[in-house]
Amino acid sequence: MMPVILWTDALIYLLVLIIVLAIYKQQPQGQLYDATQRLLRSPMAITTGMVLLAFTLVGLLDSLHYRPQLKQTTPAHASQYGVEVVSVLDTLLQPLRIHDEKTYSAPLAQRLYVKENVTLPSGTVVRDYPLLNIMQAAHPSVTKLLVRGAGQGLLLTLLGAAVITWWWAWKRHCSVRVLWQQLQAADNQLPWRSLLGILALLILSVTIIANLAGYYHVLGTDKIGQDVLYSTLKSIRTGLLIGTLTTLIMLPFSILLGISAGYFGGWLDDVIQYIYTTLNAIPGILLIAAAVLMMQVYIESHAAWFDSAAARTDFRLLFLCVILGITSWTSLCRLLRGETLKLRELDYVRAARAFGVSNIRIMLRHILPNLYHLVLISVVMDFSGLVLAEAVLSYLGVGVDPAMQSWGNMINAARLEMAHEPVVWWPLLAAFGFMFVLVLTANLFADSVRNAFDPRSVR
Amino acid sequence: MAVLVVRQLQTRLGKLRLVDGVSFELVAGQTFALLGESGCGKSMTALSIMRLLPDAAKIASGQVLLHGQDLLGLPESSMREVRGGKIGMIFQEPMTSLNPVLTVGEQVMETLRRHQSLSSAAARLAAADLLTAVGLPDAQRRLDEYPFQLSGGMKQRIMIAMTLAGNPQVLIADEPTTALDVTIQAQVLHLLRDIQQQRGMAMLLITHDLGVVSEMAHQVGVMYAGELVEIAPRDTFFSQPAHPYSQKLFAALPNGRQVKLANIAGNVPPLDSEFVGCRFAPRCEFVFDLCRTSSPVWTQLADGHSARCHLLTQAMIALAPEHEQNKTIGISENSEPVLAKEMLVVRELKVHYPLKQGWLRRHPALLKAVDGINLTIHQGETLALVGESGCGKTTVGLAIMQLQALTQGEICLDGVDLTRLNARQLQQQRANMQMIFQDPYGSLNPHMRVQAILEEGMVALGVMPDAAQRQMQLEQIVAQVGLPHNALQRYPHEFSGGQRQRIAIARALAVRPKLIVCDEPTSALDVSVQAQIINLLKDLQDELQVSYLFITHNLPVADYLAHRIAVMYLGRIVEIGSSADIMHQAAHPYSQALLAAVPDLGEHQRVATPVLYGDMVSAAHPPTGCHFHSRCPHVMDICHTQYPAMTQLSATHFVHCHLTQTY
Repeated sequence: MMPVILWTDALIYLLVLIIVLAIYKQQPQGQLYDATQRLLRSPMAITTGMVLLAFTLVGLLDSLHYRPQLKQTTPAHASQYGVEVVSVLDTLLQPLRIHDEKTYSAPLAQRLYVKENVTLPSGTVVRDYPLLNIMQAAHPSVTKLLVRGAGQGLLLTLLGAAVITWWWAWKRHCSVRVLWQQLQAADNQLPWRSLLGILALLILSVTIIANLAGYYHVLGTDKIGQDVLYSTLKSIRTGLLIGTLTTLIMLPFSILLGISAGYFGGWLDDVIQYIYTTLNAIPGILLIAAAVLMMQVYIESHAAWFDSAAARTDFRLLFLCVILGITSWTSLCRLLRGETLKLRELDYVRAARAFGVSNIRIMLRHILPNLYHLVLISVVMDFSGLVLAEAVLSYLGVGVDPAMQSWGNMINAARLEMAHEPVVWWPLLAAFGFMFVLVLTANLFADSVRNAFDPRSVR
Repeated sequence: MAVLVVRQLQTRLGKLRLVDGVSFELVAGQTFALLGESGCGKSMTALSIMRLLPDAAKIASGQVLLHGQDLLGLPESSMREVRGGKIGMIFQEPMTSLNPVLTVGEQVMETLRRHQSLSSAAARLAAADLLTAVGLPDAQRRLDEYPFQLSGGMKQRIMIAMTLAGNPQVLIADEPTTALDVTIQAQVLHLLRDIQQQRGMAMLLITHDLGVVSEMAHQVGVMYAGELVEIAPRDTFFSQPAHPYSQKLFAALPNGRQVKLANIAGNVPPLDSEFVGCRFAPRCEFVFDLCRTSSPVWTQLADGHSARCHLLTQAMIALAPEHEQNKTIGISENSEPVLAKEMLVVRELKVHYPLKQGWLRRHPALLKAVDGINLTIHQGETLALVGESGCGKTTVGLAIMQLQALTQGEICLDGVDLTRLNARQLQQQRANMQMIFQDPYGSLNPHMRVQAILEEGMVALGVMPDAAQRQMQLEQIVAQVGLPHNALQRYPHEFSGGQRQRIAIARALAVRPKLIVCDEPTSALDVSVQAQIINLLKDLQDELQVSYLFITHNLPVADYLAHRIAVMYLGRIVEIGSSADIMHQAAHPYSQALLAAVPDLGEHQRVATPVLYGDMVSAAHPPTGCHFHSRCPHVMDICHTQYPAMTQLSATHFVHCHLTQTY
């Protein structure tokens, strides 16, 4: 196979690298370390963090792209690769990808959702709901699969817990019994119960769904007969990318400009204020629509630049992130400017100036840390907002490429499905459910992070 | 006749015992002062009486009887009649207790209509009467003004007027003058006393200020950690305080007589602790075994005077009041002239801010915050800069620190003119001068450990580049300012106000400055903690020969700490002299007024009549001639036209006043 690195893949792995390095390089003292320690002791942070980690894992698996090797007809030839770019996630979900039905089918259904002419073995033609392709093979009952999945999940959880406990005890050079007593002790602050609970829940849902998905369409199929579970899982990457990359693009703008405007004041403040006031006066949607449509034309007229369809859709996604970032930095910038104006007058900033501390250091040590909570909250709020904005933009037709799987596109398609008689509810519900879980956990996680960063909240 | 009786009141907030078994009586026409440090439960007692506690707090038991009727049993609807109607309350902060979007009249009339059911026209007349009664001239016009158009003292008068609108029989005043300047405080206290006498109200006065108690109270109750520890008539309390805590409160107050202020070590204990024995035991110097094991009961000492202390039951050990043990020396050693070299010389310092007025105004009006100041501070000397808020004293401090751009003037620190240095040379001079700020909560970055806070200046100024050496130095400084040894690894929020101020002092000391500008370093602290900080500053000066510019509005503190005092009014120094000169022979009417406004802690009540009327004039529109003539009781014709030149009264004593000049 031949690996393909798309632009967004590169950026997302760069981001992961930065985060890993930051954690690895962290000094065992200092404010960030303390905040992390407090974060790890918060049950809410652990729980939501694990869910977010699961989403991220899916997104990362979906960001390892390659072109599969084709079956070689003549061994003499050099290896040939498929045109289609697939990800590791696609390979893992291969069974889901290949079951193609004709059209809609309800979750866990055996038959199609619409009547068709079916030819019976006797030769008579009746109008009935035809059996799904996936149902042609032998399949166990749903309850049996549920029980099997739950059993496997529990087994896996117990096994995992046992291995970790044993490893932990070995590392601490104490018996399992002593470790258990330490965990039970009242002063133990590690929220291991929450951790165990959420891991068990995640493992259980994975095993159950994996078991069911082999024989059924767990979330049904969409108009062109594709598995909805597969689409929603593929959409995770799009949602995460829009949320994180856009934030990354806008953060430097807002932080740098916001703090400089507030701290230095004078003409610099005037210029920066002028810029964001002007930018704010242009309707955001209009700017995005115009930019995306121009980009569309540009891509079409330079088709040769993109060697695959995936590269093209990916470029459009990246461009959408950039344009969203450019239009959305102003509100955070304004907020940071106002807060900096207040902080600048505080006595500890005065004290630092009395010590002759340089402006850059004052901004880094005295102003920025006191803005962390604002940045974090607004980043996560924006993250949720951007995931939702993607849905709106795709609905308007100026979002991601229509060929790309995204919750926005799914919701866009649901326009017709909701008008269908009888109603096709599951694609909308699936997209909505996943989006809801992602946004909710992100918000709850942000709350815990903010609490951990606020030293005054510690008792 | 007791109007309001509080019996065994207990208020809890979760585990916190906010108020723990408090009993007292309010008599018509008399004032009961509730005295204590912050966090002792004084305000919570008042809020419990009004049933205005925060949601989480609950009154656990007790009785609050108003004319024999228990307020705690009343339904909320009848309680609304009581609040404002029978019991009025005045809050500490006049800036926030008035609604900024309503006119004064609307707010006063609202209470009038609620409690007296008047028509609009009648309410307006009644409101105007009330404003006149609280000493606001031109009441009809004031009714249509918004709170931002009034000064702090006027707002507090309006608050009092609103409280009076319900014609209450009981008035609860929660630190009514703490946020005001001394001269305004005297006016407001005078007004409260007058109104009380006219209407025969019973008053519950909550304060931490012994001076206010001295002037206002008939009965005094001392609160400590949620319970009353001593109740006494005013004169007995000031002549023979019985409880060690009361005695300490007196001893901690600078009054120019003591050699060293008494320390009350530590802080008020947290109210969630399980108290065994006497609550004051950990801080008491007479503590003995019994204090730690059993809680003392009330001991009746004389008629109306009782206290909770084991010492008093134990064979009545002769308790000479602490403040008399301190040697009373005629005039403190401070007054000796200091013959050291000049550390700081300030010449003709001016700081003017342009005021933007209207469109395209070519020459905007100037706000002359500091208008030509001359100062000299010698090595190891303390100069106190005294004045009301808004007189420009903080601006002087900031300008000396080069944190504020000067309009004009010269600032020589140890012979180097700071105003002529470029950025790099100034950087080198920064180690020689440091500043301690007023608010210990705003002056430390909450996101930095104490170690990082203290190190910052040393690193930035290159003092002790070697990390190991620096660490040793820091540990030494931490010990020197009396912080616990593990303080370096902790965050500021883990410390109390007094300890935070110690951190701020340590931060300034870390770069070994020759001059420290102290901007009201004790005004946000309790009396006992203030004594700790003042003693610390004094000890450090003796040890390190550092000079202080001590900015304050508190004359007794200035007198105690400073060798010389400069009195500032509206951007100019009106009088400067040794502490003895100012405290005993003040020549300028403004200095005299400031001195007269300081409440006397004598054994007999001395009711000071306010010397100054009116508020401080805005520096944007200073009066012509002598700035002070608009408030001066001795104003002459010449004062309206000509700013007085300097008169030398003695070797150390200079004043700007026409009264002292002979023509």
